Amino acid sequence: MRYEAPESLEGAVALLAGATGEARVLAGGTDLLVQMRADIVDPELIVDIKKIAETRAVTEEQGGWRIGAAVTGAELKEHARLKQAWPGVVEAANLIGSTQVQGRATLGGNLCNGSPAADSVPALIAAGAVATLAGPQGKRDLPVEDVMLGPRKLALRKGEILVSFLLPPRPPRSSDAYLRFIPRTEMDIAVVGAGVSVTIDGAGTITAARVSLGAVAARVLLVPEAARAIVGSRLDAAAQQRLETAARAACQPIDDKRGTTEFRIDVAGVLTRRAALIALDRARAN
Amino acid sequence: MAKHHIETTVNGDEIEFLCETEETLLDVLRDTLHLTGSKEGCASGDCGACSVMLDGRLVCSCLVLGCEVGGRRVETIEGMAKGEKLHPLQQRFLEHAALQCGICTPGFLVASKALLERTPDPTEHEIRYWLAGNLCRCTGYDKIVSAVMDAAVTMRKG
Repeated sequence: MRYEAPESLEGAVALLAGATGEARVLAGGTDLLVQMRADIVDPELIVDIKKIAETRAVTEEQGGWRIGAAVTGAELKEHARLKQAWPGVVEAANLIGSTQVQGRATLGGNLCNGSPAADSVPALIAAGAVATLAGPQGKRDLPVEDVMLGPRKLALRKGEILVSFLLPPRPPRSSDAYLRFIPRTEMDIAVVGAGVSVTIDGAGTITAARVSLGAVAARVLLVPEAARAIVGSRLDAAAQQRLETAARAACQPIDDKRGTTEFRIDVAGVLTRRAALIALDRARAN
Repeated sequence: MAKHHIETTVNGDEIEFLCETEETLLDVLRDTLHLTGSKEGCASGDCGACSVMLDGRLVCSCLVLGCEVGGRRVETIEGMAKGEKLHPLQQRFLEHAALQCGICTPGFLVASKALLERTPDPTEHEIRYWLAGNLCRCTGYDKIVSAVMDAAVTMRKG
């Protein structure tokens, strides 16, 4: 097994594009190293992207925020202004694993691991985040909801790597929130996850919303019907009911030891409503 | 393939070692550098027995490749006591009987030190969440949490 840590995107892309056997990108390693140990993956080539500056930076860009794919959860937690602008994205990233895992785990890795239960992904999708990919043909942007195609299946082409995410500019009175259900208080994988982002006008009416659900289908879902259910409302009881119904209608969950189909569908409605209420409260304070 | 030649800093000492790509930082610490204080519990990042500091961040050394640490700063349990003088956390762990078999203890100490350096006056709640990635099968955790709270008092007094 070969290990390379190129310092440029071009270098990383060339290595991955030229790989003859299985090649893996290493960011935080909190999924990859576990999967290697369990013989789930056996790469011939590991390309560590952490020496590439673009993957490690959090910068303001065109009024929004660009977050490198290899920025860790612990680094996001310490970024006060990012947290102020996108509290839902940061709290979702911070739910992944333990303090030790937070020291290594990255947003890019969470997405590219290809799990429908990835905590940061519903928050990123609700945020309207765009993933910037670099490949042999150059760079391209893809909405986060289009990156994952199914469990362990990504839209990335051979030689492509995820470089960074762009979170769009935030209008005034906007905020977001992420909630998940797990059977304990920490250190577990989401049975259901819900991310909601809202913008309200001066009168408190929701003018824009995005809703995303994790762990209730083969991929993390963007649920435009749920967003439509609350736009134009002030999230009164009737709007909350419409939101719950729309969220539940989008679910196509599996039935497993961590949650039955019925439970996941029910909880998806509850969490979506609660996340929307938190996002709304935060938006009012902005 | 030739082994990787890595130059790094461990507990303030500049050192170099050779490792295979597959070897984790934990493998290197224990088997090559003979720093056996860090333990392998689960080897999957769940138990925290292998906790070390990497460039000032708490990480599981079982989830870091040895070849990743070139030019970086590694701190392990072996760097915690100053000669014969125990760190206040080590002293309080003894006084509170916060260990039994001792396998998890180096990881708890390294993780607790990382917490107290950032948060000198943590609540019990903060301690329990911070240490959620460190598993102990003997003590039931209460003695560990008490020891950390007590060590925090000592450390605040300087």
